[in-house]
Order: sequence, then C-alpha cells, then structure tokens
Amino acid sequence: MTTLTWRYRGGVAARTLAAIGGGYVLTSIASALIAIALPLPRADAVSIATLLSFVVYTCIILWVFATASALRAWIGVVGSSAVLGAVLWLTGRMS
Amino acid sequence: MKEGLRQSMAWVHTWSGLLVCWLLLLVFMGGTAAYYKHEITFWMKPELHKAADAPSRVSPAESATLAVRELQQRAPKANAWFLDLPHERNPLIYASWTNPPKKGMTREERRAAFRTQNFTLDPMTGEKTAAPRDTRGGEFLYRLHFDLYYMSAIWGRWIVGIASMFMLVAIVSGVITHKRIFKDFFTFRPKKGQRSWLDAHNATAVLALPFHLMITYTGIVTLMFMYMPAPTKALYGSEQNTMFSEVFPNAERVKPAREFAPLADVAPMLLQAERAWGAAPSRVVVTNPNDANARIELHRPAGQQLSNIEPTMTFDGATGAQLSGPKPMSTSLDARAAIYGLHVAHFADPLLRALFFVCGLAGTAMVATGALLWGVKERQKYAKAIANGGKVGFGVRLVDALNIGAIAGLPIAFAAYFWANRLLPVEMAGRSNAEANWFFIAWGLAALLAQIRPTRAMWRIQLTVGGAMLAGIPVLNAFTTDTHLGVTLFGGPGLRPVAAFDLVVLALGLLLGWAAWWLGRKARKQAAAKQPTSTQTTPLEAT
Repeated sequence: MTTLTWRYRGGVAARTLAAIGGGYVLTSIASALIAIALPLPRADAVSIATLLSFVVYTCIILWVFATASALRAWIGVVGSSAVLGAVLWLTGRMS
Repeated sequence: MKEGLRQSMAWVHTWSGLLVCWLLLLVFMGGTAAYYKHEITFWMKPELHKAADAPSRVSPAESATLAVRELQQRAPKANAWFLDLPHERNPLIYASWTNPPKKGMTREERRAAFRTQNFTLDPMTGEKTAAPRDTRGGEFLYRLHFDLYYMSAIWGRWIVGIASMFMLVAIVSGVITHKRIFKDFFTFRPKKGQRSWLDAHNATAVLALPFHLMITYTGIVTLMFMYMPAPTKALYGSEQNTMFSEVFPNAERVKPAREFAPLADVAPMLLQAERAWGAAPSRVVVTNPNDANARIELHRPAGQQLSNIEPTMTFDGATGAQLSGPKPMSTSLDARAAIYGLHVAHFADPLLRALFFVCGLAGTAMVATGALLWGVKERQKYAKAIANGGKVGFGVRLVDALNIGAIAGLPIAFAAYFWANRLLPVEMAGRSNAEANWFFIAWGLAALLAQIRPTRAMWRIQLTVGGAMLAGIPVLNAFTTDTHLGVTLFGGPGLRPVAAFDLVVLALGLLLGWAAWWLGRKARKQAAAKQPTSTQTTPLEAT
C-alpha cells in the first residue's frame, strides 16, 4: 500500500474546507447578487436565485478539486467572495 | 490531485459518494417506498380493507356532506378540517382536524395529538368504519427519508440536505469522469469481479441518470429556502414570512373573526367544482369552521400538471359565495412548484409511478454497487497480504461491514416494520411508535452483527433473512388478516393496492433470496477451485 504524504493530505483537507465552507459562502454571496440583479418581482427573483444556487455551489465544489493546487483553490474562492461581497455591500449601501 | 481533470473528478466522485452512501441508501429506499405511501398506509390498516371493497360509492358531494356532519359533532371549534375524498389512489373518505394549539404544547405533542384527530368513513354507506390500528403507515417511511428519526426534524433535514449535496457532486463528477458514457452503458462483463461491479454501477447509474440527477436536485429544492437563505435575506431582510406568503400564495390563511356563523352547505360547491374541472375535488380544506371568516377550499385531483400546487376553488364558508382565490402564479413561481412537483410525483399515473419506483430502485442499486466497488478496488491493495494469511486494512473492513449493514440490513428493517404492523397487539398503547422502533431494532441488530463479522457468510445470512422476511409478508398477511392474496387478487378495485403490495414485497424478497443463492454458489465454486490448486489468492475477486 502506498502511503500518502502529509503534504498530499494537507492539500486534500485544504481543498475540502475551501469547497464545502468557502463554496457555501461564495454561493451565498453570488446567489444574493443574482436575486438583487434579476429585474423581476422579488418573489420570482428569490425563487430563481435560490434554484440556481445549488448549481453554482456544485460548480464551485468541482472547480476547487479540479484546479491545479489547493492554494489556487483558496485564492479563487476567497478572491471572488471578496469581490462579489464588495459589490453586494455597495448595492446594499446604494439602495 | 495534480493529475488531469478526469482523475481529479474520479477522486471527487469516489469520496463524495462513499462518505454518504449508507445514509443515501436509507434515503433512496425510504423515498422509493414513499411513492406508494398511500397504498402502504392502506395496507397497514387492514381494518379498512373491507370497506374499500365496495361495489358502489356515494358521490363526492354526499361524501363531503357526511364527513362535515360528523366533524360538526366532533370538532366544531377546530382550526381547520381536512377531508380526503375517494379518488383513484384513495378508496375511502378520510377526515382529520387541527385544534387551536394549547399553550406550552411542544411540536411533537401537537403532532401526536393530530394523529388521534381523525376518522374514516365507508364510501358505500357513509358510516364510520371500524377504527383502524394505530400506525403511521407509509407516512413513517416518507418522513424518514428527509426528517430521519430519533432527532428533531430540523437536524434530520440538514443532515439529509448535506448528504444530497454530496450526492449531487458525486453524480456530476461521475458524469465528467466518464468518457465513454454511451458505450459503457452497453458494456456488461459478468463474472469478472471488479469489472462486473463497475459495469453494474455504470448501467444502473447511466440507465436512470436523468432520474438520479432530477431526484437529487429536486430533493434539495423541496427545502431550498432553508438550505440557502442568502437570496431571501438579500431581498426580504428578516421578513422571511413575507417571502413565504409571496412565493406560496396558496398557503395564506385568514384569521378567525371569533364571531359565530353557521357553515354553508358544501355540496353545491363540490358540484360546481366538478362541473368546472370535469373531475370531483379530491380534497376539501375548511379553515375556521363555524366562524364568520370561514373559508372552504376545494382542490383539483392531481394528475393534470407537474406543479405540486393544484388549482383550487375558494368559497366563503359563511355565505357560500365563491371567492377569487389566490391569483395565478407567475412563470418562475410555477417553475419552482413544477420542480418540487417532479420530486413528489403526485401527477404520475399508475404506469409512470411504477417507472419512478423502478428508477428509485435503480438509484438504490447505483449507490449499493458504488459502495461495493470501493471495497472491491481497495481490497486489491491487500491482495498480497491476504495471500500470506494477513488481513485487510481497517478501512476496508469498516466499509464491508457498513455495506452489509446498509445494503442487506435495510431490507430487513423495512420488512420488520411491516411484520411489526401485523404482529404487535392491535390495542397496544403507543403502537405506531413501537412499529417504528422495530424498524430500528432490526436495522441496528443487522448493522451490529455486520460489524462483528463482515464476511461473505454474513452477506448471505442477511440477504436470506431479508428475502425471507419480505417474501413471507404475503403469508403473514394471510394468517393475520382476511384480505390475503387469495381474496385481493379476485376482489374489487378497492383492494388492488393490497394485492399489489403483497406482490411487490414478494418479488423483492425473491430478488434478495436469489442474490443470497448466487453468492452461495460463487463461494462453493471458489471452494471447489481452491481444492486442487491452493495458490488461489483473493477470496473475493479476481482482477
């Protein structure tokens, strides 16, 4: 049996955390933005955004595991969360 | 994970699937059974069978009038009355009511009280039927598949939701990793160990792939506002209830005026609805009966649309005048309801329902073969160690044991639930809970024995026990009720669900029995092959 290096294990743990936790945060921010951006009555916008959120979450999780390194995965998730989060914060201030 | 996309997706597929597969087996089996929850409940209340075998029936309008008369006597001050009138999947008249909640009552207590507040009427005579035994019937299996048991429903729903998300990831990554998805579907290499399991996994997965993807996604959607509250938060702030009343316009309830007003006659309303829809309403909901703000809501029977929100007709319960009712839903609200409707499949006619059931079984088989495949693959790493008389690693042993406990043990639990329904004393206190407990006693026992001895013999024992218990249900039914197959097969259409239940569990039991026999034959063959050449290595699989 091949033993796995600690480096590999750490990478897996980091990606898992980025996928599940980071992915959920990013999905929340992205779907909140979709809900706000949709030019529809709010009941419709909230339905569509929530329906889409699970597709978004799935794609983020898969990307986190497909990308070249755990570091890239974290940079991607945290970076896009920060950018989208800032946009969300600004739209909240403007309305 | 510096390999290519396919390799990393294969890794995600393996682990996201393996981690939750045993829970998913429970969810898949319970959900598959829930397609027939009404029929299962009916089977589990044999006291009602005779009344259902009626050659003629009172009309829906008369049924409703009779039920309302009885409700006026038993619960004139209820919050709401619910009437289920006879239709395709329901041979009897069911009535239940909710009382205004007493202070300090917990949710569980209210639920327990609600379970006692009902009665059933004979559709032929309009008389009350014999009181059926206390059982939760198919409702237990339905709730089990998303609420779990022995914990608060909220916990259960989060656990099942997270497992479903793992499943969704497993399905999508499984498709990505699969480069020859069409070709592989037509590939089956039997008796080739790991390859056969892989082919079986591919076949069951790909065959019903649209169903698996649909059922997993729509399952998450049923509780989506709980799982993903961010969009609601963004548009409604903390006013979640406003969102619910806008997204579910039908669910709005008027408050009682606390002023007495006699309830208008329901019969003309039913006739009006029947004329408008071409079908009699299947459900009548009366809110605030005998109050100035009484509302009577008639529901069109399911089967004409995907959306789970059936069109209704609303009447003022005091004046009898028709009200405009909720305004028609917008396309996106309707889309959400249709996605929800796809999961619960209330629209399905008998043939489509049977197809959904078979797809559910295929899903169960997909999860099971996937779980087995992991064990088979992992075991190869220990091939040398086993040949030298060593043991497999802890992980393989654990997975083997969990596989036995879930794949072979769960059918035993389901069968035990049905056996308990027939064997526990009818008058027993807390009977419905005892039935549910037997489900878990049987499952716990099977899972424990599997942990102690996760061997092939254990597979055979548990498959045999599960098969015998399921196939034995028609026999048990014959000894404990008057409506066994000899009667139900030749009886009226009202008894068809009972006959169908007996036949389906018999078939499933025989299937498990065949699996046990097949394993036994394989073991004997390998033992015979071992005799002349003792160099045969792995007992389970050749590569």
